[in-house]
Amino acid sequence: MKPIHYFRCLAGISIREWLRFLNQRGRLFSALVRPLVWLAIFATGFHFVLGVSIIPPYETYIPYSTYIAPGLIAMILMFNGMLSSLSMVYDREMGSMRILMVSPLPRWFLLIAKLLAGVIVSILQAYAFLLIALIWEIEPPWYGYIAVLPALILSGLMLGALGLLLSSAIRQLENFASVMNFVIFPMFFASSALYPLWHIKEASLVLYDICEINPFTHAVELIRFALYGQIEPTSAVVLVAATAIFLTLAVYGYDPAKGLMARRAAE
Amino acid sequence: MSIEPAFSVESLGHRFGQRRVLKDVSFAVAPGDFTVLLGLNGAGKTTLFSLATRLYAQAEGTIRIFGMDIRERMLECLRQMGIVFQQPTLDLDLTVEQNLYYHCALHGLSHREAAHRIAAEIDRVGLADQRGDKARRLSGGQRRRVEIARALLHGPRLLLLDEPTVGLDIASRQFMLDHVRRLCREEGLAALWATHLIDEVGEGARVVVLHRGEVRAVGEAAQLLGQMRATSMRAAFETLVQEREAA
Repeated sequence: MKPIHYFRCLAGISIREWLRFLNQRGRLFSALVRPLVWLAIFATGFHFVLGVSIIPPYETYIPYSTYIAPGLIAMILMFNGMLSSLSMVYDREMGSMRILMVSPLPRWFLLIAKLLAGVIVSILQAYAFLLIALIWEIEPPWYGYIAVLPALILSGLMLGALGLLLSSAIRQLENFASVMNFVIFPMFFASSALYPLWHIKEASLVLYDICEINPFTHAVELIRFALYGQIEPTSAVVLVAATAIFLTLAVYGYDPAKGLMARRAAE
Repeated sequence: MSIEPAFSVESLGHRFGQRRVLKDVSFAVAPGDFTVLLGLNGAGKTTLFSLATRLYAQAEGTIRIFGMDIRERMLECLRQMGIVFQQPTLDLDLTVEQNLYYHCALHGLSHREAAHRIAAEIDRVGLADQRGDKARRLSGGQRRRVEIARALLHGPRLLLLDEPTVGLDIASRQFMLDHVRRLCREEGLAALWATHLIDEVGEGARVVVLHRGEVRAVGEAAQLLGQMRATSMRAAFETLVQEREAA
């Protein structure tokens, strides 16, 4: 196989992911409505409750809605990463996963292609959210819209890789509820998405440490800084490392000789 | 000059934990051959297919596709294979055409080449008018036809079909059998057709009888009937299956 064949395969997987996303109108609707509900109701309700001091990258006091916008963008990426993982479980149950797995390309490439396809869909949703968020006067500088793209890609890859890893471990579609309870919600709430970490540090040092090691916190912070044309190097390093670890484990999990797939077949 | 078999297994074995599901399985399918892998449910047919298509890791024995060991040249082997799984594998939310384009992309075909091949294959299975329909709207028989068309899009030389007629009506079953036999006869494709339905063993077909993970007999249908001194394939199969159980 030549590089062009790999590219065509990636394009085919991306198109399928996009078509599935468009076909599932409920998913399209909820992907945008979920963060907007947080923005319109939660952020408005807590506007005067949660004070946000001047912390980088902000140079002045900001409304709470501006503070939580990067967290909500990361939320879009996380939900999409997890839904992509759900689609892998669905594909496995329905049999269509086999068509992917028996195509004549290395399995690691197929998994990365699936991951990238999910990230492309996530990024388009994130930009759609940023456009709608203008109604709430969330207006990063114009260059922020460009600078945030690498942060979205890296964050999307990390969260998608986590989704892939989970999909290799989930046996049935019904188990996805556990993912919601034990992965998505804890990751979201134990992060800097809704409140600055210094607030958490004042309340609980243990929780602060948990938030610090939570890769979702670093996705939020990378996006927050990138929206203002800045880079948060620690977060970038953490995300690269987390992506590499999750992806390696996912490829291992999907290896018929070694991973969870092999153990499942043996049961 | 000897011709390499399209598909051959030698001393193939497999275990699920402590349970042995394939034991010392050996047989070959020559190019142009229509070979029926006949066995009851649980005989090991699907396991054999899963090993040949890298869905399971192979540990014991050898599987070769046109002489290539799948452990050494798995991707090249997959390129030579068209596969129809027992479980339906169409994406029901996509149209027939979108499903087929997806398969072409997975095999690295250009859009133009894909369009050309899809038009030809979908026409051959008589579903040209349904190409824009969602797979969900097709009947079971039509879905199977699409899966056959899809398996042929990348130009394989070997077809592996795992219980492709399960749940289909008589007309759809006959269409599938005739279509695959024609491909073998006219285009030189080799086909391994796994089934538990004895009446799918037609005249002139080669048969591999698999029972409880072991090959019980290999040969031409007529030859097997002679060896077993049976009047029908059903009688021969029942004798083969019961023989060693009684022993």
